Amino acid sequence: MAFFLEVLAWFPDHWSGTTGVARRVAQHVGYSSAASLLAVAIALPLGLAVGHTGKGGQLAINVANVGRAIPSFGIVILAFILAGINLVPVMVALVALAIPPIVTNTYVGIRSVDPEVRDAAEGMGMTGWQVLRRVELPVAMPLVMAGVRTATVQVVATATLAAFIGLGGLGRYIFDGLQVRDSVRVVAGALLVAALSLLTELLLAALQRTVVPRGLRDRAAAETTRAKTSAAAV
Amino acid sequence: MHGSIRLVTFGWLCVAALLLSACATSGGGDPLAQPSGAPASDTVTTSEPAGSEPADAAGGTVVVGSANFPEQLILANMYADVLEDAGVTVERRLNLGSREVIFPALESGEIDLLPEYLGALHAFLGEGEEEPITDTQELRSALEEELPEGIVLLESSAAQDQDALAVTKETAEKFDLQTVSDLAPVADMLTLGGPAETAERYVGVPGLKEVYGVEFGEFRALDAGGPLTTEALNSGQIDVGRVFSTQGVIAANDWVVLEEDKPLVPSENITPVIREEVLTDEIRAALNELSATLTTEELTALNRRVEVDKDDPDQVARDYLTEKGLIGG
Amino acid sequence: MTAALAAAFFRWDWIGSHLDDIQSRLTEHVVLTVVPVAIGFVLAFPLALAAVRWPRLYGPLLGVTGVLFTIPSLALFVLLLPFTGLSRATAVIGLTTYTLLILVRNTVEGINGVPRDVREAAEAMGYTRLRRLLRVELPLAVPVILAGVRIATVTTIGLVTITAVIGQGGLGQLFIDGFIRRFPTPLIVGLVLSIVLAVAADLSLLAAQRWWTPWSRAGN
Repeated sequence: MAFFLEVLAWFPDHWSGTTGVARRVAQHVGYSSAASLLAVAIALPLGLAVGHTGKGGQLAINVANVGRAIPSFGIVILAFILAGINLVPVMVALVALAIPPIVTNTYVGIRSVDPEVRDAAEGMGMTGWQVLRRVELPVAMPLVMAGVRTATVQVVATATLAAFIGLGGLGRYIFDGLQVRDSVRVVAGALLVAALSLLTELLLAALQRTVVPRGLRDRAAAETTRAKTSAAAV
Repeated sequence: MHGSIRLVTFGWLCVAALLLSACATSGGGDPLAQPSGAPASDTVTTSEPAGSEPADAAGGTVVVGSANFPEQLILANMYADVLEDAGVTVERRLNLGSREVIFPALESGEIDLLPEYLGALHAFLGEGEEEPITDTQELRSALEEELPEGIVLLESSAAQDQDALAVTKETAEKFDLQTVSDLAPVADMLTLGGPAETAERYVGVPGLKEVYGVEFGEFRALDAGGPLTTEALNSGQIDVGRVFSTQGVIAANDWVVLEEDKPLVPSENITPVIREEVLTDEIRAALNELSATLTTEELTALNRRVEVDKDDPDQVARDYLTEKGLIGG
Repeated sequence: MTAALAAAFFRWDWIGSHLDDIQSRLTEHVVLTVVPVAIGFVLAFPLALAAVRWPRLYGPLLGVTGVLFTIPSLALFVLLLPFTGLSRATAVIGLTTYTLLILVRNTVEGINGVPRDVREAAEAMGYTRLRRLLRVELPLAVPVILAGVRIATVTTIGLVTITAVIGQGGLGQLFIDGFIRRFPTPLIVGLVLSIVLAVAADLSLLAAQRWWTPWSRAGN
């Protein structure tokens, strides 16, 4: 109990300054959001293309599944050896982490569109691009967003590794706390990361509500959880 | 489907082959046939249940631990080699992390023997905020008071690995830096980089300010003279690096180590720290004989082989011991 | 020139002289994957069954395991140190923690995903609740449950490497070796082997899933 009071007391004492919570959170959010946006920019088109054409789907899913096993820790170190101390190693590791769930979910989402609906859209004279944009993407949106959520939350938790190569972010509290034997600092850092992850999850859930078409929302709620679990079963 | 079955079979064959041979090697049980990749013996075989304590003093096994930087790996391998040569059963648990992680493991008996540095260990066990002790004997007396029950120091070697400040040749020329005192007028324009504890320990930022009047513009937490500090110093992300005097990278990069012209840095004689319950006369004799031969210069040369030439620490250790006639006699 | 550069970057001779070391790291990696996933399953399965029986438990259960999932792995291992030291137990406890969310969620969703008419048919045939679970719901849920085991296994293979910072780590030890000497060879060997291990584990579990549930093949 006394320990928790110490942790609570830690926060007001370490709020501002170059090593303060405000700056560390800003750095952490910076790394995480840049990596997540970059991952979406790469993974979304890939998932859409594979889903729309139906070509290479199994391959993409398998590669994405195995992608989960790429150890971010090793990637950060390898990229550091090649690129030095800068954002490159962190971005490489975090983007590699975030791509698989987004690709998988986008692909599954697009494939889950009822073929009859797709045929009907084509029958109405829609081009392939229009089918994708007006029919497939809106239907797939709940799954796509679920993938983005999963990916982003993992990115936030893993951005801790930036501190391993001498950069900032909330990982600093964990690494430095270990180094100077200050478990209050380690716990404070861990709490901040966990809180940031949860906040990210909530924000993305809110975003999802605004981007998913109204008619699909009930379905979205039902499928979001299912999608997370069954994506790898495909 | 057929494709994936073939892949599965292939994958498992690879894994199975590696596992089988791993079991075969670790089950071989001939203590004299220490394989060339010596660290193999520090991993637990599959037959041992998760989390079980290693066989302790009663079984006569000495568990040698080390921190995770090259010099520690060399020293711990030397300790293990001379003990094995003296007929002691040794388990190597190397690369365990920083002192903050390892020392508690020594206290709890998970490991029995560690290469340590007098001054750093004193700073770790003591309160920290006090005058540095530069006399080896005085440090040993202080440590004998501070060490937890059941943990003792063996004889110290002459070899020392002290905290030092290094700058690149260009920085040294630009600011005309030779001693640490020379930093005082320009330090506020400079960034210091080093392990996180440098910001807090007396030998680091507080002592530099108090003893030398040196106050850096910024401190950046990196690592203990490891690849991060090297990279940051060479790429100009920091101006001054906290390094350790025996590091091979100093000469390899042509860095200038600033002379400590005031008393701040304690003695750091390399000394085996061991749990009393495993200590026998043979162990004491073997380790003391080794410590008597070690010098700072030789240790620096050995470090360079690992840090710069990428030789394996266990091989470097064995070469040294063979050359000195400490093993295989 | 490029050959010389490649030689400096990757030294094949290192592999030859370190086979013993690599093998024991790989063995350790496998143990550190299999044990946590097995323990995780033993813990998650009854919890998931409880959440199916009493749906009100499901939310809190997901919440708790979800929060555990967001704890940065390094911090968790560090915080366990005072209790379990540098032992393998520390690594196993931490790694098990991360499998729980995936295993609980997939087991519950697998069972709840059984179509209502199937369930009603079983009821109409006079099945008791237990019999329905054992004979109808669980067999139908196997693909989704095994999918969870696959994700948990592959994720754990990646996470094991972090335990290198507490002196465990399996192939992660090779990462540290490569890092402290700025020597890519052991690092690359570690990365490649951990990915090979993940592929082997993933495909084997997939094969097991298809063998176990031949009816689900039709859809693929």
